[in-house]
Amino acid sequence: MRTELDVDALLGNDGKHVIACCGSGGVGKTTTAAALALRAAEVHGRRTVVLTIDPARRLAQSLGMEALDNTPRPVAGVRDGSLDAMMLDMKRTFDEVVASHTTEERAAEIFANPFYQAVSSTFSGTQEYMAMEKLGQLRATGRWDLIVLDTPPSRSALDFLDAPARLARFLDGRVIRLLSASTPGARRSMLSLMGASAAVFTRVFNKVLGGHLLTDVAEFTASLEDTFGGFRKRAEATFRALQDDQTSFLVIAAPEPAAVGEAVYFTRRLTEERMPLDGMILNRLTPLAAGLSAERALGAAAQLEEADADDPVAAVLRTHADLARRRAAEERVAARYEAACPEVPQRWLPSLGVEVVDLEDLRRFGAAAAGVDR
Amino acid sequence: MTASARPVPRLHVVTGKGGTGKTSVAAALALALAGPGRRVLLVEVEGRQGIASLFGTAPLGYEERHLASGAGGGEVFGQSVDADEALLDYLAMFYRLGSAGRVLQKFGAIDFATTIAPGLRDILLTGKLKEAVSRTESGRMAYDAVVLDAPPTGRVVKFLNVTVESGRLAKTGPIGKHSRSVARLLHSSQTAVHLVTTPAAMPVQETIDAHRDLMAADLPVGRIIMNKVAGAKTGEVTSEELEAGLARAGIAPDESLVRGLAAEYESARTEIQAVDAYRDRLERLGRPVEELPLLPEGVDLSGLYQLARELRPGGPYED
Repeated sequence: MRTELDVDALLGNDGKHVIACCGSGGVGKTTTAAALALRAAEVHGRRTVVLTIDPARRLAQSLGMEALDNTPRPVAGVRDGSLDAMMLDMKRTFDEVVASHTTEERAAEIFANPFYQAVSSTFSGTQEYMAMEKLGQLRATGRWDLIVLDTPPSRSALDFLDAPARLARFLDGRVIRLLSASTPGARRSMLSLMGASAAVFTRVFNKVLGGHLLTDVAEFTASLEDTFGGFRKRAEATFRALQDDQTSFLVIAAPEPAAVGEAVYFTRRLTEERMPLDGMILNRLTPLAAGLSAERALGAAAQLEEADADDPVAAVLRTHADLARRRAAEERVAARYEAACPEVPQRWLPSLGVEVVDLEDLRRFGAAAAGVDR
Repeated sequence: MTASARPVPRLHVVTGKGGTGKTSVAAALALALAGPGRRVLLVEVEGRQGIASLFGTAPLGYEERHLASGAGGGEVFGQSVDADEALLDYLAMFYRLGSAGRVLQKFGAIDFATTIAPGLRDILLTGKLKEAVSRTESGRMAYDAVVLDAPPTGRVVKFLNVTVESGRLAKTGPIGKHSRSVARLLHSSQTAVHLVTTPAAMPVQETIDAHRDLMAADLPVGRIIMNKVAGAKTGEVTSEELEAGLARAGIAPDESLVRGLAAEYESARTEIQAVDAYRDRLERLGRPVEELPLLPEGVDLSGLYQLARELRPGGPYED
């Protein structure tokens, strides 16, 4: 028997200040995050903010997140309590980090560097790293009791944990120091330290990547180190903050082999990293309204069709049989999670049958997640 | 064979929103393309081992491996391309670095290089695809077609267009030159980017957005595949008819059962009507829209062959 996740107990827990929803793409992460945030605000009276990454357009509209100014804005139409929402603008967040740590002149230099432009808008770990940065910023203001975080649609759930460290390692690592030191001017001292390997290194990379790219990178990292060295330190601090018990991780999944596989993998990683994992929410189950086995429905349909091949009631029964078989197959897939992670409380949610686009839909979703009528 | 002026695509890029089943469709397409005597390579690039788990085999590696017999008697091979391996491959090919490459890897340099140059990772991956598409073995093409289980719609344009971007960034190095040649393939009629969607609002919207972005980036859009389409059932049924029918079939027509069945049937009918509306929206893009059925038990190996048969008739991919 799986343990049921008590969503209301989690949302109402005053000791929890961050809820991070993670999972692979297409499992309803953003919707879940928004619905939980709304419920925390309306039902539990907590001052809440939801930080989303890439919401569907209509959901973004109903949450009033079209301004795109990278700051939380109040959501209109919230009945009791207060809910703010924002959509992460990765480049803007990176710019803010740079601007807040250096002089205007120096910041302008960094912004103009082609490598900075590339890293801040296309680097595959930047979005994850900036989500962490923004989370840190929001926490530091103390304006909210609860921050609900929708994690980026990474190529795998794993990236979310790894990417910030990877970006930090890269910006802060020894290879980049080597490169910074290998640019003209500092070359001699570096060569004497590193011997021939540095030379081989620089030669190969210059050859492969093209010389000017290395110069851009070296300049970029030099200016970053000057102004606010220790990217790695920042990433580590954020990582540690996620480990404390004020944070709660929820793994979101859908009843498909790949999504459940990712959920299992992610659960293991969270446990290994000693991140506080509080539950798993399984979205998108096929809803069943009638309690009749697929076999019984098919048998009855066949019987009716013997008398009349086009019996409309047979069509109704076959529709039900299809749904029941779908649901049974989904539950078999979902059961893999329980087998692999028996200690994690779960909540299974049949889909609402409509696209979740407004606050009323989110309320219904939140109530279903909490297992109550409203 | 038709006397079409447009060359037949040999690189099939399959993308879609997460959850639409793009991996299953890519696999089914590979099976469908493997007609008599043909060899097809099915590739994944995100290390998720989605292909291996679909076919129920051991995890795929960097080396191509036989995966299954095609639906038409050909052969399908599978491969999981990893950027680090591709870079070593690349260095070995162009610089004869061999063991030196391994040293660089140990030093964290490979990780560094694929991290540092924005998009280098993607260039290496698409470069490997180009190599597979153009490789010849004993006087004929090694593969008649290459099918890529691509990143999802949200990232696919960046993934495919990165070669243009970085060709601009890495102007001088051989990577720049290399990426320009990969870009030529990806932007040519030898490539087709197929968009997988389900009959639901968000995936359809993402498909329309992706189509627009692909066109804007001058990338060749292939077909639109609406996956997981539930069977066609029509006709209205009243509660009275339902009660009577259940009774005839020997099932006690209690009120909650009748209400439940009626509700399920009604929402299934709404869904089917919605499918028509979604098909109309997608057809307005001016591309062929193909439909694949929802398999109630999920997609297993026999389900893949079933989907492959659905994709094959008329040979739109082979004509």
